[in-house]
Order: sequence, then C-alpha cells, then structure tokens
Amino acid sequence: MSFLIKKGIISCCFVLMMASLMAQDKYFTKSGSIQFSSKGVIETIEASHRSVTCVLDSKTGDIQFAVLMKGFEFRKAMMQEHFNENYVESDKYPKSEFRGQIVNNSEIDYTKDGSYTAHIKGKLTLHGQTKDVEADGKITVKGGKLLAASKFKILMSDYDIDIPGSVTQNMSDTINISVNCTLELLQQ
Amino acid sequence: MNKITYILLTACLVIMATNAIQAQEQDLLSMVKDSAKKEYATGAFKSSRVINGQSMEMLGKGVLDVRILHRFGLISDGAKQFFGLDQATMRLGFDYGITDNLSVGVGRSTLNKELDGFLKFRPLRQGIGGGSPVAVVLVTGLTVQTMPWADTARKNYFSSRVAYYYQIIIGRKFSKAFSLQVSPIMVHRNLVAKADQDNNTLALGIGGRLKLSKRTAFVVDYHPILAGREPGTKNPLSMGFDIETGGHVFQLHFSNSIGMNEKAFLTGTTDDFWKGDIRFGFNLSRVFQVAKKKR
Repeated sequence: MSFLIKKGIISCCFVLMMASLMAQDKYFTKSGSIQFSSKGVIETIEASHRSVTCVLDSKTGDIQFAVLMKGFEFRKAMMQEHFNENYVESDKYPKSEFRGQIVNNSEIDYTKDGSYTAHIKGKLTLHGQTKDVEADGKITVKGGKLLAASKFKILMSDYDIDIPGSVTQNMSDTINISVNCTLELLQQ
Repeated sequence: MNKITYILLTACLVIMATNAIQAQEQDLLSMVKDSAKKEYATGAFKSSRVINGQSMEMLGKGVLDVRILHRFGLISDGAKQFFGLDQATMRLGFDYGITDNLSVGVGRSTLNKELDGFLKFRPLRQGIGGGSPVAVVLVTGLTVQTMPWADTARKNYFSSRVAYYYQIIIGRKFSKAFSLQVSPIMVHRNLVAKADQDNNTLALGIGGRLKLSKRTAFVVDYHPILAGREPGTKNPLSMGFDIETGGHVFQLHFSNSIGMNEKAFLTGTTDDFWKGDIRFGFNLSRVFQVAKKKR
C-alpha cells in the first residue's frame, strides 16, 4: 500500500516536472507595433514602430516589452532626428522597456477563443528613468494566437524629457501611446 | 528502495521549487533573441555642411533645405565699417534629398555672380554595434561664374567659366559629442590666370564637431591646400557655433574665407586667419519636408 502511494507521489512529481519543463505557456512577437502622438497647438507629432518585442507568460501573467528607440519612424525626417538627438537621446538610452504583470491573469482563459480585458501594472523604463505605469488593455485569443492591444498615456516630464520653450506650441507633455501586438506561441 | 524514493522526491521538489522561483522574477525578454536589425549612427553633424565644406550628414528623403549664407567684411576694418557688417556677400541655395543617401543642390553666390550645383552620394553609412566604422560620402559639383568677360577682344569660351570639384568624405561620429571627418577634395578650373599655373587644386578638408549642449555645438572647418595653390591664397579656416532652434540651424562663425562654394573658398581665400584677417559669417538652414517619407 505504502509502496503504491510512494509510486503515485513519484509519478505525480514526474508529471508535474515534465509539465513545467515542457509547458507551452509563453507567447511572443518581434514585430509588434507601437504608435505614439503628442498633440500640440500647432501640430500633432506622430511616430510608429513596427519591431516591438513582446513576451507574455500566460501562466504567471508576466508581460514584457522592449523597443529600440531609433526604430521609431516619423513623417518628417527632421522630427525623427530631433526625437533621437534632443529628446530621448537614443545614443545614450538606446532601448525602452516595460516589465509588468497582468493583474487579473486568472480571468483570462488562454485556451479558449475570446476577448478579455486585461489590467496591467508594471514599470516603464524610458530615457534612463523608470516609472510605474498602469494600463487597461484587451487580449483576444484567436486560433492559438493572442492579440494584445492597449492605449495609455505618459508624461514626458516624468521621464526627464524637457521641451524647450520655443516648441511648446508644437507638442504637449502628454504622450498618447497605443500598443498592438500579435503574439505567437514561443517554442522553447 | 526507500532511500531512492526520498532522493527522487527531493530532486523533484528542488526542480519544482527552482521553477517557482524562476517564475517569480523571470526575464522573458531574454528568451527571444534581439532582432538583428541594422542600426546606423545619426546626427554626426547638425547640418549637411561643417561650415564651408560638405559634412558627412545627408538630408532625409523628401527634405528641402533652403540655405542662406552670408560672409561679411573684415572685423579688423573697425567701427567705420561696423566691423565688416557693412559689406556682405551671400549665397542662396536649395538642397534636396532624393533618397536618404542621395542629395542634389544648387546655389547662386553674389561673389563673381557664380552658380553652382552638386551631387552628394553616401555609399556607406556608419553602423552601430557592427557595420562600418566610418561613413563614406562622395560629392561632385560644378561652378559657373557669370561675370562679363574681362577681355572682350579675345575669343572667350563658355567652358572657361566652368570649374569642377570632386570630394571624398570619410567621417566618424566617435561619441555623442564628438565627430570628425577628413575630406580630400580636388578642384579643377578650366581657366586659370597664367599659362604655367596648375588647373588642379588639391586640398585636405578636416571638419570637427564638439557638442556643447543638446542644441549647440562648436565646429571647425579647415582646408589646407596640398597642391596647385592659387598664388597669394591662404588655407581656408573657419570656426564657429551651430545653434539649432526647431526647424532652423544657425551656423555662426569666424573665418578668413569669403567664398561659399568649393571652388570659391579653395582658390579665392586671400586673407590670413592667423594675421587677424577674420570675418564674421553665418549659414542659415531651414528644412521643409516636401515629399512624404517612406513608411
């Protein structure tokens, strides 16, 4: 009897171990997109990025983003140069990262097609400054893929990015950020 | 048997525990390789010119750069000439970026009523974390002076008005603040004053930038003449400040040269910087995005 129990426990352990080692619960993309805009009195400054890296662990709800600042594309070459040179200082701070968690991860069923609201909390590092960020987003499960989308706002002043007096009419301190990623299963 | 069971159980628990710990503070981003996208150094110079000479910077695609250049009289002329500001020569120019690596430009100078045009091509960009350590830029241009002929008695040819120049710029942005370029340049004048004179003038351009703040920089532009010097001319030397204000770049500087195209400043600089023959000048550059950038 006791031998059987022991055998049972060992089997269980093995099954759990195998499950945790072989678990296919991480999703990723390297071609996510981020758009941002800053609405000034005179003009709206917009940029987009199409090589955003995002990894999501459906088991823990951990979600992380990384983006190379130089990959943001603007309509005007001059804006792009000023963005890299004067505002985010891309040579000094080439990358921006977000590391956070889906707070209500348990409410999302990654195995079932459907649309779920996700509350995300985490830390955004930009221009060498790290700040807490909270955002609401939507995760749509469809055919084994995840569509993650979110919109949120940050303040440039929070990240030590200053706007010179001469261009305060051209942009605002508030940056609207929109994220769209299609995540696929990460094969390990 | 019992022993083995315990060992196995412990091993299982340890592995599970480490898994749990990993889950606590895992670095998900390290699981996917960074996409090996090529990155290039940008903003080595604020403008497409160091001061007089072309810089390793290119205009973006679809960008029109309107350039208004002034060179004033000698500061040493004193208060009577308002330190040279009473006399000005100017050049009005339009540069356009056909692609990110190919630009054209035309200009007109009041000095010698000269027209000039150039083609600027960048075959090699400076990479970041791999790629080329330097940028290579090729420039070729021509100038046409349109003054009335000095001697109308002799037969004059249009080709005598024309000069050409060829330049290779090799530059590197060493750090956020410091950029340096060398640019051998040859000017060929179809007509020179004397028969025994060389039509070709060879110079070595040296241009440097030191950023003082995000929007200001100190720049030096020096062109020692190596061969074929026009008699009586000196090496053009300019130094000044780049000041950026939104869409404008102001280049304020002091120099001994008055010419604002390559032929003019390499074969027509008669003042000696080190003897105090210095003039104030400025380049004003205003860029407009006239065509849509690729998305």
